[in-house]
Amino acid sequence: MFEHFAHGADIGIRGRSETLDRAFAEAGRALTAVMTDPDRVRATTAVPIHCSAPDDELLLVEWLNTLIYEMATRHMVFGRFEVRIADHGLVATAWGEPVDVGRHQPAVEPKGATMTALRVAHESGAWLAQTVLDV
Amino acid sequence: MNTSDLIDRDTSWEIPRTGAMRVPVQLHAGEALVRDMDDKVREQACNVATLPGIVEAVHVMPDAHWGYGFPIGGVAAFDPAAGGVVSAGGVGFDISCGVRCLLTGVRAEDIASIDARLADALFAAIPAGVGSTGSLRLREGELDAMLTGGARWAVGHGFGTPADLERIEEHGQMLHAKPSAVSERAKRRQRDEMGTLGSGNHYLEVDRVVEVCAEDAAAAFGLRRGDAVVLIHCGSRGLGHQIGTDYLRDMVVAAAGYGIKLPDRELACAPIDSELGRSYLGAMRAATNCALANRQILMHLVRGVFADLVPAAHLALLFDVSHNTCKVEDHVVDGAPRPLYVHRKGATRAFGPGHPELPQELRAVGQPVIIGGSMGTASYILAGMSADRAWSSACHGAGRAMSRHEAVRRWRGRELVAELANRRILIRSPSPRGVAEEAPGAYKEIGAVVDAAEAAGLARKVARLEPMIVVKG
Repeated sequence: MFEHFAHGADIGIRGRSETLDRAFAEAGRALTAVMTDPDRVRATTAVPIHCSAPDDELLLVEWLNTLIYEMATRHMVFGRFEVRIADHGLVATAWGEPVDVGRHQPAVEPKGATMTALRVAHESGAWLAQTVLDV
Repeated sequence: MNTSDLIDRDTSWEIPRTGAMRVPVQLHAGEALVRDMDDKVREQACNVATLPGIVEAVHVMPDAHWGYGFPIGGVAAFDPAAGGVVSAGGVGFDISCGVRCLLTGVRAEDIASIDARLADALFAAIPAGVGSTGSLRLREGELDAMLTGGARWAVGHGFGTPADLERIEEHGQMLHAKPSAVSERAKRRQRDEMGTLGSGNHYLEVDRVVEVCAEDAAAAFGLRRGDAVVLIHCGSRGLGHQIGTDYLRDMVVAAAGYGIKLPDRELACAPIDSELGRSYLGAMRAATNCALANRQILMHLVRGVFADLVPAAHLALLFDVSHNTCKVEDHVVDGAPRPLYVHRKGATRAFGPGHPELPQELRAVGQPVIIGGSMGTASYILAGMSADRAWSSACHGAGRAMSRHEAVRRWRGRELVAELANRRILIRSPSPRGVAEEAPGAYKEIGAVVDAAEAAGLARKVARLEPMIVVKG
């Protein structure tokens, strides 16, 4: 599952799941939900994603920033993600479609993932992946 | 914010040095505004005070709120001779985001009869919102020329006139930009985004001058009660966002190697006198030029719309300010001028009267400072008051009073648009939810913020504006 949490000017995003891979995928859906309902996004195009970082928290920032870059330059929104993480490296597929302003009615565009309230941790039996987006 | 341990400095409140803080924090606001500030503002300002080479104090503007690393509304100056740093987090993702104000030469009442047509035409002409693209495509060599030349490059390509450049900070071109320090990703992200407005709190407004607060400055600025003016608020678009992303990551990873202990990773920084610091400064200046060129192109598009629909209008640039910056400025420290790297994160440069950087016709009254409102509320034009207070800085907007999350729970975009239309404020936006997130009620009362800026000696009120037409992304 994913959710948003309050930040003074921007938006906090949080993914939770039983695995780290799924928590990152849910954080991806939380990112899309800043713009539009991810369940309304059709999976017409698959985009491969690769990134790495010195630790899992910076990897979350890198993952989200790579998604922001791919969506911005392809003029797409992504609604579904498959993620595999090993040794602070990430290989993923993001499915989505071109932005359709009438159907998606996108709200605000994310500028970047910050390191504010950044946390990747296993707690209470589930993985948590969260940070604040600058929008 | 708890004020019980603050020291009353007459026009500001001081958080004294404790722990690892190298300097105190000065909050330039009255007690009520300071009490309303999030505790995170205090935490973040105190973190900034620990950074190497910081000079005198961290300054917090009256519209401050919780940011990332720096508080939004935070100002800090660093001395390269004292091991000072430059911080990507201290500038932020939307490098050189700013506002420009255009005088139109026509009265608001002359526009009122065609306001719906004008709103529709501006909305059609200005690419706005997620996924929007501009019509200008730059090849790599041209892109690098734009990143070096800024608004001066834009004027050279037919977007505006040389007279515009005198009314832009840095005369429209930030010197010492290094396009070679800008990543291919950042350049790719900008390919389709020249001449686009963006989304979120970015906007284009046609406003009415409803009150003149200082006759002398208003006359110098060319503002009269009843005039129509245009505000454009946006930044360096995808290129600036990507540069912020790239260098934040690089500075976090490199900080330990420079012996810098970061109290918050978002405060990522590098010594000014280091390869990474110099590289960031070159890229950040290139992004500044991108923002200046972008606002210049948008102004050109607005001029085209007015030429068609309001032929009596003559759109002249009053001034263009940037409020996410790091600039090298001479300031007096211990009785002698020193070049300092002044970071303003959600704060406006506000040079006082007599500053040599100001155009001759504005010099006697001080730099125009443009304070953007929020669709249904007023905006203000201020004039810089001081050569030294808070490194000649002032506020930049009302500042959010509640999160976007909470705003969407409270308001519906379509209802807000209808409600504002009843007040003859015409909103044009592709996104009802985006409008709800930017609801006027989600912002602080802007009058209190500008009153505080004036009381603190930062900038004085010149004119109050109210919106007639708002184009949002």
